[in-house]
Amino acid sequence: MTLLKRIAPQLVALALLVALVTVFYPDFLKIGISGDRLVGPMIDVLKRGAPVALLATGMTLVIATRGIDLSVGTTMAICGAVAASAVAGGWGLGPALLLALAAGALAGLWNGLLVAVVGIQPFVATLILMTMGRGIAQLITEGRILTFTDAGFAFFGSGSLLGLPVPAWLWLACGLGMAALMRRTALGLLVESIGINRRASALAGVNATVLLIAVYVVSGLCAALAGIVVTADIRGADANNAGLWLELDAILAVVIGGNSLLGGRFSIIASLIGALIIQTIDTGILLAGFPSEYNLVIKAVLVLVILVLQSPRIAGEWRLWRDSHRASREAALQRGAAK
Amino acid sequence: MNTRALPLYATVVIFLLAYLLCWLQFPNILSTRVIGNLLTDNAYLGIVAVGMTLVILSGGIDLSVGSVIAFSGVFIAVILRETPLHPLVVFALLLALTTAFGAAMGFLIDRLAMPAFIVTLAGMFLARGAAYMLSIDSVPIAHPFYKTLQSAYWLMPGKGRLTLIAVVMLLTVLAGMVVAHKTRFGASVYALGGGEATARLMGVRQGRTTMLVYAFSGLMAGLSGIVFSIYTGSGYSLATVGTELTAIAAVVIGGTLLTGGAGYMFGTLVGVLTMGLIQTYIVFDGTLSSWWTKIVIGVLLLVFILLQKGLLSLSQSRLAAGG
Amino acid sequence: MLLTIRSLTKTFPGTRALDAVDFDLAAGEVHALLGENGAGKSTLIKCLTGAYRRDGGTITLDGATIDPQSTVEAQEQGIGTVYQEVNLLPNLTVAQNLMFGREPRRWGLVNSRALRAEARETLRPYGLDIDVDRDLGSYSVAIQQIVAIARAVALSGKVLILDEPTASLDAAEVRMVFDVVRGLRERGLGIVFVSHFLDQVFDLTDRVTVLRNGRKIVTERTAELDRVKLIEHMLGRALEHEVAGQAARTAAARPPLLEFRGFGRRGVVEPFDLTVGQGEVVGLAGLLGSGRTESAEMMFGVRPAQSGEASDAQSRLDLSSPRAAIAEGFGFVPEERKTDGIVAELSIRENIILGLQARRGWARPIPRSEQNRIADDYIKRLDIRTSGREKPIGELSGGNQQKAILARWLAMNPRFLILDEPTRGIDVGAHAEILRLIRELTQAGMSILLVSSEIDELVASADRVIVLRDRRHVAELDGPRVTGAEIMRAIAGGEVAA
Repeated sequence: MTLLKRIAPQLVALALLVALVTVFYPDFLKIGISGDRLVGPMIDVLKRGAPVALLATGMTLVIATRGIDLSVGTTMAICGAVAASAVAGGWGLGPALLLALAAGALAGLWNGLLVAVVGIQPFVATLILMTMGRGIAQLITEGRILTFTDAGFAFFGSGSLLGLPVPAWLWLACGLGMAALMRRTALGLLVESIGINRRASALAGVNATVLLIAVYVVSGLCAALAGIVVTADIRGADANNAGLWLELDAILAVVIGGNSLLGGRFSIIASLIGALIIQTIDTGILLAGFPSEYNLVIKAVLVLVILVLQSPRIAGEWRLWRDSHRASREAALQRGAAK
Repeated sequence: MNTRALPLYATVVIFLLAYLLCWLQFPNILSTRVIGNLLTDNAYLGIVAVGMTLVILSGGIDLSVGSVIAFSGVFIAVILRETPLHPLVVFALLLALTTAFGAAMGFLIDRLAMPAFIVTLAGMFLARGAAYMLSIDSVPIAHPFYKTLQSAYWLMPGKGRLTLIAVVMLLTVLAGMVVAHKTRFGASVYALGGGEATARLMGVRQGRTTMLVYAFSGLMAGLSGIVFSIYTGSGYSLATVGTELTAIAAVVIGGTLLTGGAGYMFGTLVGVLTMGLIQTYIVFDGTLSSWWTKIVIGVLLLVFILLQKGLLSLSQSRLAAGG
Repeated sequence: MLLTIRSLTKTFPGTRALDAVDFDLAAGEVHALLGENGAGKSTLIKCLTGAYRRDGGTITLDGATIDPQSTVEAQEQGIGTVYQEVNLLPNLTVAQNLMFGREPRRWGLVNSRALRAEARETLRPYGLDIDVDRDLGSYSVAIQQIVAIARAVALSGKVLILDEPTASLDAAEVRMVFDVVRGLRERGLGIVFVSHFLDQVFDLTDRVTVLRNGRKIVTERTAELDRVKLIEHMLGRALEHEVAGQAARTAAARPPLLEFRGFGRRGVVEPFDLTVGQGEVVGLAGLLGSGRTESAEMMFGVRPAQSGEASDAQSRLDLSSPRAAIAEGFGFVPEERKTDGIVAELSIRENIILGLQARRGWARPIPRSEQNRIADDYIKRLDIRTSGREKPIGELSGGNQQKAILARWLAMNPRFLILDEPTRGIDVGAHAEILRLIRELTQAGMSILLVSSEIDELVASADRVIVLRDRRHVAELDGPRVTGAEIMRAIAGGEVAA
């Protein structure tokens, strides 16, 4: 019930958006069956939204600790490259996936250590990997687009299960699983507490350092999954373009999800809906026949609107205005009563 | 010795050492021809890095510059194609536009009290989107004046060419040095980066300074866009993706503290040239692949951030010990 | 009079920070402003320097009423301030700091040569011959303070406020700064000196004004005051008679619970020995800056000890971090509730169970029903006034926040609970309840370290009182010697007669 209340604004926004797209492209909600799989624009949104939804899952946790992870896009490229080169090198599917996940965890560990132990600001610490990560990915693919033919691996990108695309299952499982893990254990509470007041939490006995590192590792793992999906989908690792700009979309999904950039209370499910909103805009603009150039401008406007809504200064001024308004109204009422 | 200047010395030493190593391997690298190319190829980066230096000194960051450069190119190309305006008029229009754009971001950062990187992120989307809307395809610039600009150079001894855009870059760095080190505005920028609360106590007008800083960065990004359009002879909305990161890296490798308040404009020039040198070396070598550039730059970035962090705690512990 | 303040009043939601305070400052005078935390010193200074707007009263400077809206405006009117820390920018050079905002210019550009020359000229009267081109941050704090004084005087020139300028200086540096201050006094400036080091007050000042709870207690010539009298004014109780309700102290030996030997940290607290008995309340007394909070934090592993060891009957204790200390059965209610205690946006329930949950580990969440039970239990037991357990703790009043933090620790049932100023900034009713609670807890066998600046509180609750002065344990009072008079004598220094 409280969950529903928390995600209501995001749900309403998504519904309005879908309605809007449907006006321009009436077939948007149509779902057909082709062979054993469902097809239709909505299914496409579920599939194409996978990378951003996966990244947003990890990013939500990082942002909840008052951090930011700018390296997720390049981590995707690295992990995709690792998986593709392992598969192409004949390592087999299982080891390839494990290697990719390990690479993601390693990237997260690196970020986490810089933030939690060395004490570099998150924005700066993750910028380092963001800068050199693409070089590392290109080093692995040797600058080529590394293609492979392993059907098992391709299944993670373009396969379908029970009618739905596999990437959709993946982000649903990862996102909802992570949300459940956070709320069924005490992790959610502890993460929120170090995001709001790290010092007080540490004094209460919360192991803030380890938690902080873990959060970046989770973000790296989510990026690895996203990298696997993208690589499997195009059956090749493109070190230059895999995950390009996606860190920004992930951050956007998190803030659309109503999570404060200043840390604290978070909702992974709201971020997932945020990711869906972004993908619906992307797909909707395409289907409605608008030039895709509008995409970035719309995102920019969205960021600005959310910034205004979240701004501590604007919020303060609004409270001040409301209180003085209320006070003057009450004073007027009292004057009225006195007469 | 000032510990704050240490990263600058380190930058200069690293640059000279790197040049020495390159020279031992490829004696050709020490020719005015290579130096001329180094300056020309990195002219747009140098200019935008000057703006970025000021922003970082003030304790902020500007992620929009790469998109603004791309927008500038497309804007110039499209206007020149569609109207009979002279390029110089278009340049003036563009610079006014990008400066106003930067000022608007500065205003929002100050008024909303939100992190600079998220506001300029919106600016990044906006500028790139505006470029897309003008044209998705690369637009060639055919105006005869551009031919003049592109072929303007001074011949240095040794047949190296000091091109017009290289000169513009060097002059911009000079102007940046004057603004940062020789004006009251520059002092306010350092003050803000050193500590907002203290700066306000000392009489810095925070809102005005923040706005001017980002306006300056917008101006530099516009100028850089002009130079880039001269360099490539076209405007392309997908150009200079990620240039903001390269510029940030150049600034930090140039010895400016990424958290603000300390650094030198001159160091940024050395930082840009160091990054250019890495690229030149890789081209000269021929067997090394281009991605090593990114990795080496990333490593340098890490080294400098750690160096600054170390210096900071060193000077603090020395003070605590009573030195 | 150079500066006259009459009936200065400033109210914040819930508290009256200044209540009709009068204050005078003559030219050529150093006037000390004293008081414990929350007495109103900093509010008075902020009203004077334009950082706060006053609610009532007048400030007259040189015969004219002033009402500065900002520190810059106060400076222009003649009032300059030097704070303990944030004064100038360590990342600018000495010259840039001195001349900031009024740099000499030629053709619109800063003239570096003139800048240096004027900076040196500004420093000359202070006998400070330093390289003005170096970063301010590369100099010692004392020199930084003198540069800050030089700038403040150059900009304002009439009144100089020194707000704990010596807090992080050693003895030689303090002398250096004092010579500068004396020089300024001779030049006819009026100087307000805020400090909690009484030696310095007696050494330097001409008159003393004491504030307590937002009221002016007394203004007197320093030469006519004695130390005990002064402390009595500051801490607020008569020395000669004891309050009722003194703890029923038993001289009978309690079984020892913990033992600290040679426990200390360089530059923080000198090594000390301390034995804490089972169910005993050990008080820690001393003025602000004496090392009382630092001792408490060291015992809890916030800034761990570098020498000595702690042990119980069985073994040596690991107190290297708060987590380690908690594992040894320690608890700690910090002095700074907002920054170190509460997690503001979390609910009361979450704040109460946070410590318990952290100790159990993330994988074993406390069931929600259990959380509710614990929270409701403590809300009732400690009488936390709230509309419900799900209210964010940041929205509670100070006293209720404090009770919730106490509840967090009580829920973990520690054997040794450190309370650092547990009654600071809370109302009278909550104050009494917390003292009653301390008694209950010790009866149940818990040992408590009570750090407090309120002598009454220590006399009423503590079985034994350790007195700190200048980061050293200087006295240990027990049994019948735990009286206000004895404690104050020890704080003031043994050689002064009461």
